[in-house]
Amino acid sequence: MMVLSATTTSVRRTSPRAAVLRAEARLFRREPGNLFWVMGFPPLLLVILGSIPSFRKADPGLGGLRLIDLYVPILVLVALIVTGLQTMPPVITGYRERGILRRMSATPVRPAALLTAQMALNGAAAVLSALVCIAIGRLAFDVPLPRQAFGYALALLLMAAAALALGALVSALAPTAKIATAIGTAVFFPSVFLAGLWLPVQSMPNVLHHIAVLTPFGAAARALDQASAGEWPAWSHLGVLAAWTVVLSAAATRWFRWE
Amino acid sequence: MTTAMSATARGAVVEVSNLRKSYGGRTVVDDVSFTVDEGEIFGILGPNGAGKTTTVECVEGLRVPDAGRVRVAGLDPIADHAAVTKVLGAQLQESELQAKLTVREALELYAALYPNPADWGPLAERLGLVSQLNARFGVLSGGQKQRLFIALALIGNPRVVVLDELTTGLDPRARRDTWEVVEDVRARGVTVLLVTHFMEEAQRLCDRIAVIDNGRITALDTPRGLISRTAGSTLISFTPSAPLDDEELAALPALASVEHKDGRITLSGSDETVTAVLSLLARQRITAHQLRVTDATLDDAFLNLTGATR
Repeated sequence: MMVLSATTTSVRRTSPRAAVLRAEARLFRREPGNLFWVMGFPPLLLVILGSIPSFRKADPGLGGLRLIDLYVPILVLVALIVTGLQTMPPVITGYRERGILRRMSATPVRPAALLTAQMALNGAAAVLSALVCIAIGRLAFDVPLPRQAFGYALALLLMAAAALALGALVSALAPTAKIATAIGTAVFFPSVFLAGLWLPVQSMPNVLHHIAVLTPFGAAARALDQASAGEWPAWSHLGVLAAWTVVLSAAATRWFRWE
Repeated sequence: MTTAMSATARGAVVEVSNLRKSYGGRTVVDDVSFTVDEGEIFGILGPNGAGKTTTVECVEGLRVPDAGRVRVAGLDPIADHAAVTKVLGAQLQESELQAKLTVREALELYAALYPNPADWGPLAERLGLVSQLNARFGVLSGGQKQRLFIALALIGNPRVVVLDELTTGLDPRARRDTWEVVEDVRARGVTVLLVTHFMEEAQRLCDRIAVIDNGRITALDTPRGLISRTAGSTLISFTPSAPLDDEELAALPALASVEHKDGRITLSGSDETVTAVLSLLARQRITAHQLRVTDATLDDAFLNLTGATR
């Protein structure tokens, strides 16, 4: 026990935040379940839907578009929502529940570094999964790339921010990781419904459509559709997304407890 | 235990004065004051819920005191939190690490959080963690987890470490190994603030002990001092060959109590009582079968000190 080692460990100085991010990235890769839901599930669902022949037939009722054309942006949204609501909240809540945030409070680094690392990783994985969906749509099903690329990217990033803020709020409100999973799942289904997973937003009945576009999911769905068609997304949709992000982030910050 | 006196000559590393903390109207820490000197192992001993953890959490800067003053190396743990974390390492009660983080990764990560970290290789070796470096936190035994937490508490090269209920839940063997580690930590010049509810642990490790009960310090002394201030710190028991007169027993000097059980007599008192009882037996030509003289333990002292306030 008292023996001092002659060997010295080479200490490469990494910045504290980079070290936290690196450790969290390793841990992120060690959760096969989470990796599947974020990276595997949305592209897989797209492939399944695209394999249904009727999804690949042009529909005059949709202005000559095929259902698969509508579903690429919907699965882009599903990738963002699944990450924000299903993957991230139990991790963050678990970190609080098991005293991991507290342990970090006793070091020179604030435990907020763990939260920002988690948001950065989940955000990056969600956006990557969204890009995979777009690529599969283009390569496998001839879905044209968004014609208004910048508007599309803006709407996608705003929706990613809104989904992470919503996930952060779930983490803030749930006392345990199990409850975070339960709340996340309960919110997940209405969210993907409003994003148009069962019925694309533009095909929704009038009243439902009006309600949907006031939520971040419906607004994002319409914004992505518009950008796909080559228009600049309506400012009202982008505004709804930005407003939700601000409100959800503020609520998450207000109610988040470190222990 | 041997350096109890020499430690006091050096300066105080931790100063707590008139600390007060309550949760929802319930006072948990009530006017607690103590100082921990450089190089000592200072124990905070008390029953569960006595306010031990809250006290050290105020020292660690994890809780804001309602009143009173706390200084660690002259710094305020709340106002100068970042500076305090660089001189104070902590092992927290009931905190974990990410289950899938390996021991090596945990050491590397925590080393990167400090400006002048210790070399984690030798540290892992000292704490017997070398064969577990690639094991994930989730599969470690209780003793291995605690040794890793000690390593993480030391990795920033602190002047003080706070160890909170370090050996709770460990088997006796792992507990003894952990005690050796704590002695080794102190031998390397790190001051230790140890929170425990195990008498044996406090008696074995601590230079000085603050006994806390119901949020207040009821005694602060060396383990030996705590024991000796207990009435009846020496126990004498024997089975007399002939009955002894109760009145003569009661007249023994420094006697604290007399107990008869199945023909066996147990007296508590001091060394003086031992001498007197031996001469009494000799005078009356009574043989004392199975004569035992034992020192009271910290256990007895503790019951004495905390029982009084109940």
